[in-house]
Amino acid sequence: MPACAREGALEVEGLARHYGEREALSEVSLSLQQGRTLVVFGPNGAGKTTLLRVLATLLRPHGGSVRVLGSRLPEEAWAVRGRLGLLGHEPLLYRELTARENLRFHARLHGVADERVTEVLELVAMERRSREPLRTLSRGMVQRVALARAALHDPELLLLDEPHANLDPAAVELVAPLIGASSGRTRVICSHDPTGGLAEADLVLGLRAGRQVLLRAAADVDPAEIAELYR
Amino acid sequence: MRRTVGALLRKELLVELRTLESVPGMSLFALTTFVVFHFALNRNVVEGDLAAGILWVTLLFAAILGINRLFVADAEEGGFDGFLLAPVDRSAMLLAKALTLLVYLLVLELVAVPAFALLLLGPSLGHALPGLLGVLALGDLGVAAIGTLVAALAVRTRARDLLGPLLALPLLVPIVIGGARASSPLLTMAHHAGPPARWLLTLGLYDLVFGLIAYALFDFLLED
Repeated sequence: MPACAREGALEVEGLARHYGEREALSEVSLSLQQGRTLVVFGPNGAGKTTLLRVLATLLRPHGGSVRVLGSRLPEEAWAVRGRLGLLGHEPLLYRELTARENLRFHARLHGVADERVTEVLELVAMERRSREPLRTLSRGMVQRVALARAALHDPELLLLDEPHANLDPAAVELVAPLIGASSGRTRVICSHDPTGGLAEADLVLGLRAGRQVLLRAAADVDPAEIAELYR
Repeated sequence: MRRTVGALLRKELLVELRTLESVPGMSLFALTTFVVFHFALNRNVVEGDLAAGILWVTLLFAAILGINRLFVADAEEGGFDGFLLAPVDRSAMLLAKALTLLVYLLVLELVAVPAFALLLLGPSLGHALPGLLGVLALGDLGVAAIGTLVAALAVRTRARDLLGPLLALPLLVPIVIGGARASSPLLTMAHHAGPPARWLLTLGLYDLVFGLIAYALFDFLLED
């Protein structure tokens, strides 16, 4: 059994992160087993994006301990990169390049074959528009390409910030094999949708002003508790 | 490493070909500056120190335009994060960006040097060309190393348009001095000798030092 399976996909203890004087995260602790889904709720500025960026190795934790896929951050960040996929607020794609050029670029960085680019483009139904510059595509289409980019290298862990933003109901179904529970990946999802988020979650984390105010199995969480976070 | 540098370089050149944001601006700037010098100096021809000074100062300011734009697409479109998430050596980005800047400078010089010869230069460029190409190549290496370092530093600040030139200019002045001194004997009417070895060596050492500094610091500039 690999070490990361024994220890869980995520082990966070007393995580703190600040920007200058401002505390963005404080005393956040959680544990998530492989293949499970953590959904993070919280109003704007609660620290959701900061948490995702720390887990993605893009921000250093300023306090506490963080272990992702068995590797301690930030010391062993190099061992985690390439094993996780991030979808943030930005699509991490170049507007002047086509969808295919963008994905081929990321494929080269991750050592992925070009056939996989075609495969994910077909999965998100973007093959037909894959030779048009990204700036000419609708937001929903860009989001589909961004999701394809996040899952291109078949990551073990997906970090998704509002993955269904700008997607129509058909597109939400379309991307499910890549980023849904059926993908079998460990997932951390930031959401503002109590019903949809709870349906996806195994574990729920509630943040408010950088502090952890809720951590419970999704089955034990009432949607009204989530709504309360936003009041 | 080679695969990563290749992918980054290809992406850089594709983006520049689509947007034409850097090289045409740099080239037009150089051409306009030569015209301004032509009228401001009220001379049809220049040679020696003056010619070398005009050429190198113009190339320096034109290069600043490219340096300022070098990381803009990455900063604005999340390219940094996309790169940092990949399991690759971060020095690949330094190398790819420096090569990109080098390509920009080569294209700039392909336009600017003949234009300079036509608009301002007294002596024929023919004899001077082999030596001048060598001096320009040494200068370009230094500009590429310093420019990439400074651009990576400035692009994450709010005042990047100001900070980039402010940081780059003092560091690039020795290259202008070395380049101009090495070029000056090549651009005289009675051109007999090649570029002085002392200044070529100075340029080479400066390139080496800043190449190593850029290599040592670049990872820290990309880190949080």
